[in-house]
Parts: sequence; structure tokens; C-alpha cells
Amino acid sequence: MIALLRRDLALAVRAGGGFGLALAFFLIVVVLVPFALGPDTSRLAPIAPGILWIGALLACLLSLDRMFALDFEDGSLDLLATAPLPLESVILSKALAHWVTTGLPLTLVAAPLGVLLNLAPAGYPWLVISLALGTPALSMIGAFGAALTVGLKRGGLLLSLLVLPLYVPTLIFGAEVARRGADGLALETALLLLAGVTLAVVAAMPFAAAAALKINLR
Amino acid sequence: MLSVENLACARGGLPILEGVSFEVKAGEALILRGPNGIGKTTLLRVLAGLQPALEGRVEGAENLAYAGHADGIKAMLSVTENLEFWSDVFGGTGQVDVAVQAFNLGSLADRRAANLSAGQKRRLGLARLLVTGRPFWLLDEPTVSLDVASVALFGDAVRAHLAGGGAAVMATHIDLGLEARVLDVAPYKAKPRAAADAFDEAFL
Repeated sequence: MIALLRRDLALAVRAGGGFGLALAFFLIVVVLVPFALGPDTSRLAPIAPGILWIGALLACLLSLDRMFALDFEDGSLDLLATAPLPLESVILSKALAHWVTTGLPLTLVAAPLGVLLNLAPAGYPWLVISLALGTPALSMIGAFGAALTVGLKRGGLLLSLLVLPLYVPTLIFGAEVARRGADGLALETALLLLAGVTLAVVAAMPFAAAAALKINLR
Repeated sequence: MLSVENLACARGGLPILEGVSFEVKAGEALILRGPNGIGKTTLLRVLAGLQPALEGRVEGAENLAYAGHADGIKAMLSVTENLEFWSDVFGGTGQVDVAVQAFNLGSLADRRAANLSAGQKRRLGLARLLVTGRPFWLLDEPTVSLDVASVALFGDAVRAHLAGGGAAVMATHIDLGLEARVLDVAPYKAKPRAAADAFDEAFL
């Protein structure tokens, strides 16, 4: 499992691995919003948490279809399925690698980008905490979607349609934590629900994704 | 080691082979022959556990290493890195340097797989079998794009594997000079019948 994680991380940072894609997309979205809405800080501040969350979510979505497609094309997935490693662990380490290469960097750059949107000072820690808690769920749900669509050519559209509804709870509670944090309101309920969604997803999705993958490998 | 009894398998929901029975003992190799599209690949995938059998029993298909049409090589990793990865996935017991020697990849060890020729890639894919340390090989057209010298290398590797108590089932059209039984799968061609689980397949 560690070998697979290490290989995926090595592949991601080498040329053509698509490591910077999600980050660049996130940056572009956040930079463009003030241009579109105007530089009025009183208008930007209230929507900043929501925009940052949507940006992070869409950036996550961007690289999902590569998660299994590349291994499927070059035959690695067949070989991994016959390896002593259970398919569930393959999926877990793939999702972890995806999180380390997209979710984690997005979480880290979200705070500096919050400045561009005039996020209220109280909101920064909560934005980072909500992204750190929420993005693992995005990667894990994405792994499930990628496993479902792995055999399809140009499966990206179907993947987005399948995955987006499943992203909604994470988006709602994640953005709620960031917004309430920025407004200085009580946010424990939203925070606990966000963490709950992530835990449930990480616990259940590997099995669902492994079942989907087995069908697609036939 | 492996025993197959009255096996039927399907491709795309349509049965293509039925009533296949054979046994492979340790130290033996079985060569599958038959025209294109008869179901050699499907049979191997069923044996590898990648797809379920329609009916029949497969026993002892454990600890296997499967090599299909695709080599499972990452273009951006070097030859050694590719082999080390598969060795780690299969428990880290395989010896990468032995595999590199066996398939004459020594001069290419640090080369990125993207820069290898088709035959060199195939050699790397076959070297992967050695690092898995698995006793039972399932090989699908292992000699595609290999030159004569490399085919001989592969023949030596299979012979050494069998001598070490391993076993192999392979689908191939060329003569490897192995003392192996040949199973012609053409007589097991399934008679046309309604697709089993047609609804299921259509839904998925």
C-alpha cells in the first residue's frame, strides 16, 4: 500500500503528472472573482468562504478521471487486482495520493488566497480547518466515481454528474463552517457534521469503489 | 496445483467457452492454442480471478502472477523503479537485479520506460513476473514483439521457473521449445444460447 502511494506521488510530481493543475485552477477561479464582481470589499467579504469552497471543490473534480484511467489503460489495474493487496487498499491509497496531491495543497493555499477575497480575519483558521476536514471526503467520493467510470472513454462528464450530488453535503457543511467562522458565530454543529460526513465516506466508500472496480475489470 | 473442471466463461455477456477441464501440476506448463477470438484471453482472465466463471470450478488458482496484453509499465518511471514497485506490491520478496539480468535489461536499468522500444517494454513486463515471486504464471501472448534472442531468454526464464517448482498456463501461437502440454481450446467453443444474465450485463 505504501509502495503504491509512493509510486503515485512520484508519478504526480514528474512531468505530465498533473500535480499543479488543481492548484492553478483554484488560483485562477479565486483571482477572477474580484475582477467579475468588482473590488468592493464589503461585497466580497460575505461570499469569500463560499467562493473558496466552490473553487476547491471544482479543482478537486478536475483531476479525478485520471485516478484509475491511466492505470487501466496501461494494464496496471489488472495486475494490481491480482496482487496480494486487497482492492480496497488499492483504492484507499489511490484516494490518499489524490488528496496529498490536490486536497492538501488546496488547503494550504486557501488562506493566502482568502486575502484576495477580503475574508474576515476570524475566518482564516476555520477555512483551513474546514478544508482539511472536507477535502479527504472529496477525494474518497471521487475515487468511487472514478472507479465507476474507469472503463469509459471520455468518462469525465459522467464522472462529474455522478460525483457532484455526493459532494453536496461536504460543500454545505464545509462552507457553513468557514462562513460561521468568518462571522464569529457558533459552528460546532456544522463542524461535527462535516467531520461525520468525511468519516462515513472514508469508512464506506473503499468497499463501494472496490465493488465498482471489480465489475469494470471484467 | 491448478485444476479446472467443466469451466464455462463469457465475454460481453455471451458464452464463448464451455466444458473446459484440465489440470496443471507444479513444474508443468500448459500452452493454450486456438484461433483468434476463441476465448484464450477470457479463459486466462477467469483463471486470474479478474472475471467470474459462468459455471464450473477453478481450484488452486492462488498465488498467481498474470501478464496480459498490457505490461503495466509506467512510462515516467525507470526500468528499475517499475520493477521495484511491483516487487514491493507483491511483498518485497522478489529480486530486482536477478530479473534485470534474466531479461538482459542491465544496460537499460536507469532508462525511463517511455524511451524503451516495444520489445524492450515487453521484456520489462516479463521481468515483472520474476519479481512477483509467485509460483503460478498466467501469460497471455507473452512473446508479442519479442525478437528471436528475447524469445529464447523468455524460454529460459520459463524453464527455470518450472524447474523451481513453478507452473504456467500461457496462450501463445509460437513454439517456445518447451516440453509443455498443448491444449487446443477450439473444441470447447460454446454452442449458441441465450446470454446468461443478459439483464445484469446490460444494466451494468
